[in-house]
Formats: sequence, structure tokens, C-alpha cells
Amino acid sequence: MNHSETNKPITPCSGNCSCDGGSREKDPWTGNDGSNRRAVLKGLGATLGVAAYAKALAPLTELTQQTSMAEFLQKHYKELTTDEITVVLDRLTRETKEQYGADVTISDPKPIEGVKFGYGLNLSICNGCRKCAEACHLENNHDRPSNQSYIRVFEMTKGSMDFEKGNVHYEHPVPQPDKYYMPVQCQQCEHPPCVDVCPVEATWKEKDGIVVVDYNWCIGCRYCEAACPYHARRFNWQKPEIAAEEINPDQGYLSNRIRPQGVMEKCTFCLHRTRNGRLPACLEACPTGARVFGDLNDPDSEIRWVLENKRVFVLKEELGLKPQFFYFFDE
Amino acid sequence: MNNPASSSDPVSLVSPSTAAKTVPEWRQYLRFLWNAFSQSVEGGWKFYVWMTLLTAVFLVGANAWAVQVRDGMALTSMSDHVSWGLYIANFTFLVGLAAGGVMMVIPAYLYHDEQMHDIVIIGELLAIAAIIMSIMFVVCDLGRPDRFWHMIPGLGKFNFPVSMLTWDVIVLNGYLVINLHICGYLLYKRFRGQAPSTKMYVPAVLLSIVWAISIHTVTAFLYCGLGGRPFWNTAMLAPRFLASAFVSGPAFIIVAIQIIRSQTGRMFGEGAIRTLVSIIRITILINLLMVVSEVFVEFYTGGSHTSAAKYLYFGLHGHNELVPWIWTALTFTLVAVVLFMQSNVNRRPVILNVACLLAFVGLWIEKGMGMIIPAFVPSTLHEIVEYRPSLTEWKVTAGIWALGFMIYTLLLKITINVHSRKLRDASGARTIRSEDSLAMSSEE
Repeated sequence: MNHSETNKPITPCSGNCSCDGGSREKDPWTGNDGSNRRAVLKGLGATLGVAAYAKALAPLTELTQQTSMAEFLQKHYKELTTDEITVVLDRLTRETKEQYGADVTISDPKPIEGVKFGYGLNLSICNGCRKCAEACHLENNHDRPSNQSYIRVFEMTKGSMDFEKGNVHYEHPVPQPDKYYMPVQCQQCEHPPCVDVCPVEATWKEKDGIVVVDYNWCIGCRYCEAACPYHARRFNWQKPEIAAEEINPDQGYLSNRIRPQGVMEKCTFCLHRTRNGRLPACLEACPTGARVFGDLNDPDSEIRWVLENKRVFVLKEELGLKPQFFYFFDE
Repeated sequence: MNNPASSSDPVSLVSPSTAAKTVPEWRQYLRFLWNAFSQSVEGGWKFYVWMTLLTAVFLVGANAWAVQVRDGMALTSMSDHVSWGLYIANFTFLVGLAAGGVMMVIPAYLYHDEQMHDIVIIGELLAIAAIIMSIMFVVCDLGRPDRFWHMIPGLGKFNFPVSMLTWDVIVLNGYLVINLHICGYLLYKRFRGQAPSTKMYVPAVLLSIVWAISIHTVTAFLYCGLGGRPFWNTAMLAPRFLASAFVSGPAFIIVAIQIIRSQTGRMFGEGAIRTLVSIIRITILINLLMVVSEVFVEFYTGGSHTSAAKYLYFGLHGHNELVPWIWTALTFTLVAVVLFMQSNVNRRPVILNVACLLAFVGLWIEKGMGMIIPAFVPSTLHEIVEYRPSLTEWKVTAGIWALGFMIYTLLLKITINVHSRKLRDASGARTIRSEDSLAMSSEE
């Protein structure tokens, strides 16, 4: 743009600096007096602009209090070596202490070789008391103010299996004579659409059939929540709130540890319990014995007996997702 | 303004000719970009008022987003029942707008409409701005934008080809690159005063046509592939997206051409506007036909699957948040149809602009809120939880639109500067002259 130089010998000052450049003809944009004022105004505008940008985006800097550099750089769960997982678990334990004031133990139980979990629910005896939903809330360290739970219990109208005629917000004694009750949680599909749609492989199906989420890898796009036909997934719309004394200290990396803000979570069949030979919290809490849990690969298991002897169905079978959660009737 | 490529290079002081020869093309290109940018931010008071206003709106949006990232998505009105909202609605519409940008490219290059060649770039620039906006809307919808790198192939984990979202990432970024290349190359060549080589850009232009179809098809597949959401689960979605894209894109370009004309005082694009109006006349009817088909299937068949459509058009069990939206959209579209069908609409700019605006806003609703929200209401287990965008969502949305308008304004200014030869490679001329003089001196 230095048209002024075209007919002149090249001098050491090419105009690409702040010096006056001698008595040469000035660039029409910056050289003359009017433009100087303009340049000052522009400089002022630019400075104010930068300040405004900095101010507007300042809340982002406060985010670093929640997210450590180690968390930011953490690899995908499946790529972590045993040593690296130990480091991660230590860090998460420390962070829980710092942020929530609770001493917890976070483990990483692996699937048991040869085991495939299945869940059955007896609709003939479920009475809609919602103890399962409450137990889930407590076991899985859910956000307290929103009363979150992975289980929704529907009060259904007899004579219809249509959820449109169901209601989750019932506030009367149960069971009502003309109603039956249908708890719904993750169906741990054989072909989970939530896993397919995830753009970053933050969710996958484990060998024992449980669909899990790496809370430290999920980017929070909520595509899985849109894909799930069973309303099984939950999003952490804000940092979970839970008092230190209410925190369940027995935690799993892929299950009930306190989730970070902005990521997905879901029912994991309480894998921190079930992979250690215990039963899911929702089953233990059920006062009617409507819930049956076990190894689908074990021919002597109760769940296998149910599948072979009861009238069993799965939700939305027509979608072809092959749920591993079975509803059944006594007669 | 000062060109770093030749003047600050110490070599040029010693031997200008070798310097001129060795200045690599990429440095020339960078200099062009710098000149283009620095000149594009110069303008009259109207320009500064416009840009200041947009900057202010953008900053409000940026701040709202920053707070949302810090405090969580709870600041939006979205919930586990309606897990996508205004952001994804805008994203969907803007992908369509970007695809619609090529509606000028098709007649220009496939049907050799020479008149269109020069102003095709208005559509391609629109595509650039719209793609940037749509990507920003997705980023603002993420709960953890700090983990964005998890999606970068090689660095993170990219669930390709199973997740349609990864396809979308590829086609959207690809489309952005293609259009940046075409526009950048053509403007750069004009800046240098050289004729563009067809080998360098015509294949890209043809690719961009196919690619434009692909971005909107893939975006439709994001939704219609989900078996759990009957409202989306229709093969009609992709064709409908395309038809409506080819309304909103041309409608925007028609208005843009007229604004550029009034601001620069240069009459151009009469033929282009005629062509675009003929396109809209067809595409707006095709879109309407598809909407009618969907409505027929939904309501004539009946059953539980109709709930979403019922909720959208008439409200469900006393919940009717979307009813005013969709009827506004339908009214706007119908009025636009009537206006576009006037035989003399080309010669009546006010009516034409009103028609374009109505069609644009109508589609923004129909394809945005009207397409996204009903898929979530009622939810997959037939619970009814309604959604009305929060102030945070409106702020962020306004901010991204403001940024989009800023980008588009600057891109148009660069184009106008280049085409009016206000922005050209002066140093190139100088280099040639100094070469000449050097040659002469050596002869002496």
C-alpha cells in the first residue's frame, strides 16, 4: 500500500514503523492530521473493545476453580492404564473432599468375566410406593434440590399400556384399586441408540451389559438424551448439590461418584455394588419383592427362572433395541 | 496498510528483484488477508454505528454464554424432558441458510448463467457466515465446551461413522473450508489483478453444490434417524429441510443485494433477483406441500404418535406454548406465497422485501422451534413438560446472530472493495516497476 514509495529510492525506513519517516508524502489513511485524530479514536475504541470483551468473558476464568488442568487433559477411560486410573481416582477423591467436604472411596470395579446382568420387574405386585426411586436418589449421590433419580414410577390406568394415560406426579395413598404401577429406568439395551449417537464415545456398553458414561469425557451435547426412547438419561444442568453427611462414600468411577456439571449420567445397575456381589439399591429397597436381578448367563439364576416361567415383555419392543430389563406378570 | 511482505523484508533492500520473485504465494495471500481486513473495518458513520451496535449485542451474548458455562445449563429453560431448545433450533435453520447460499451457484455454474457469476459470491459469503454461526450454536449448546477437543479426530475420540453428529462435524467444517477457498481465491486473484484459473476454483464450486445438499441432508439425518422420537422419525425430513433451505437462502440474498445496492449506489443483480424469485416460487410451494403431507399423515392416522403434532398445532391437555409460534409461521409463509406469486413482484422492491422477510422468519420458526420442540413434548414416556426459552438463551442467540451479521458485513465490504478496485495489490505494481527499473539500470 505504500504508493508513496513507488517513485522514490528505497530508504531504510519503509514506513512499517512508528517513526515519522522524514518529509515523505504520507499514507492517506494514517499520515495526515485528520487521520491522526481518527487513529487515536480508533485506538481508544479498540482498547475499550478489548476491555469490554475481557469483562464479558470474565466468568469463564472462574471456571478454572471447578476444573483442574489434570481433569482437562485426562484421557478417555478406556485408554487409561492401571497406574493412570489410580492417579485419577486419587485426584477425584481429593477433589470430592475439597469441593464437598466428604471422605469417600472411589473404586473402579471391572465386569465379572462371563456375567451378563438382567433385571426383572413384577407388575402384579409393584404397589407404586416409589421406595426404589428414593433408594436410587440416595445411593447414587443425586442432586438433592431437584430430587433426581434414575427411576420414574408411572401410575398406569388398568386396561391400557399407553404411557399417555399414565401419571408420574401422583400424591395419594398407593395402590389405588383401578391402577397399576410401572417403574421405568435404563433398560440397558442390547443395541443402545444412546451409544451409537455419542460423537465422542463417552458412553458404551460394558461386557456385563451395563451401559456406562465416562463423566470426565462427555462433552454434554445431549444427543444421547434425544436418542433414548425410555427417558433413561439425565443431564447435570448444574453442579450437583449434596451435603457432606448425605454423601454415599462407597463410589464407583463409572457409576455413583458425584458427577461434574454439564455431563450426562444414567442408571448403571449400581455396578459398584453388583460387580462386587451385591444387589442394586432399588431392589434392596423394594418392600414388595417385585424386583428380580441376576446373571442372564447363569441357568440357575432367579432372573432366568422368571424369563422361562413368567409372562414377560419388554418396553417398546417394536423399536428393536432388545432391552435387558424385563417386565412380567404373576399369572 | 504497510505491506510486511516486501517492505519489512531486509532482502528487499539489497535486491528487490530476488525478493519479489521469492515472496511465496502464501505470504502474498496473508498480506491480502491483512489488507482486506484492515480496509474492511474502515467506513462511514453508518458503518461504525452498525458495527458498534452489533458488537454491543454480541458482547451481551458472549457474557450470557460465559455465565452459562460457569453456572451450568440450568440457566437455560431446557430440562431432561426438553433437552434441546432454541440453540439447536437456530443451528438447524442456519445449516439450511448455509445450504441455501448455493442456490445462486447452481444457476450460475450448472446452467451457465453468466450474469450470476459475479454475484454468486454473495451467496457463498452467506454460507460462510451461516456455517460459523451454526457451529457457534452447537458449541453454546454443549455442557462442557472446554472438552471440545474430545471431538477432534486423532486427538480425542471421534465416533465415526456411527454417530451422525460426527458426519455433521465433517460436512459442516468441509463446507466452510470449501467456501472459504472459493471466496478467498477469487477475491485474492482480483486483488492481484490476475485472472483466476478455472482449475483452481470451478471443481470446488461444483463440489460445493453437492456438499451443500449433503450438509442439510446429514443435519436432517441427525434427527430422523432416532426411532424413539416419532415426530422426527420421518423420511420426509431431509427433503423438507432442503426445500425450505432453498427458500430461506435466496430470500436472504435478495434482501442483501438490495441493501448493498442502496449502500453503494451501484445497480447490479437485477437478473439474479429474477432468477432467485423464480426459485423461491417453486421451493416455497414444495415445502408447503410437504408440510401439508406431514400434517395429513399425522392427523388422519391418529393414535399416540399424533400427540406431538397436536401439541404443536392445537396444544395438548391445555399445554399450548408452541401454538402461537407455529400459527405465526404458517401465516407468514402463506402471505409470502401470495406475495411471491404476484407477477410484478420483481419490480416492486418493498413488496419483494416484505415477502422475503416473512418467508425467512416463517421458516426460522417452522424449522427451528416448530421442528425441534414437538419431538420432546410429550416426552418419550408421554410426560408433558413445556419449554419457553430463558433470557440467557435469547441473549446468546442474539449475540450469535449479531456476530454473524458482523462477519457477513465485513466479508461483503471486502468483496465490494476488491470489486471496485479500491482494494488492490499496489505493492505488486511497485514490485514490477522496481524490477523494470532495475532491468534498465543493468542495461545501462
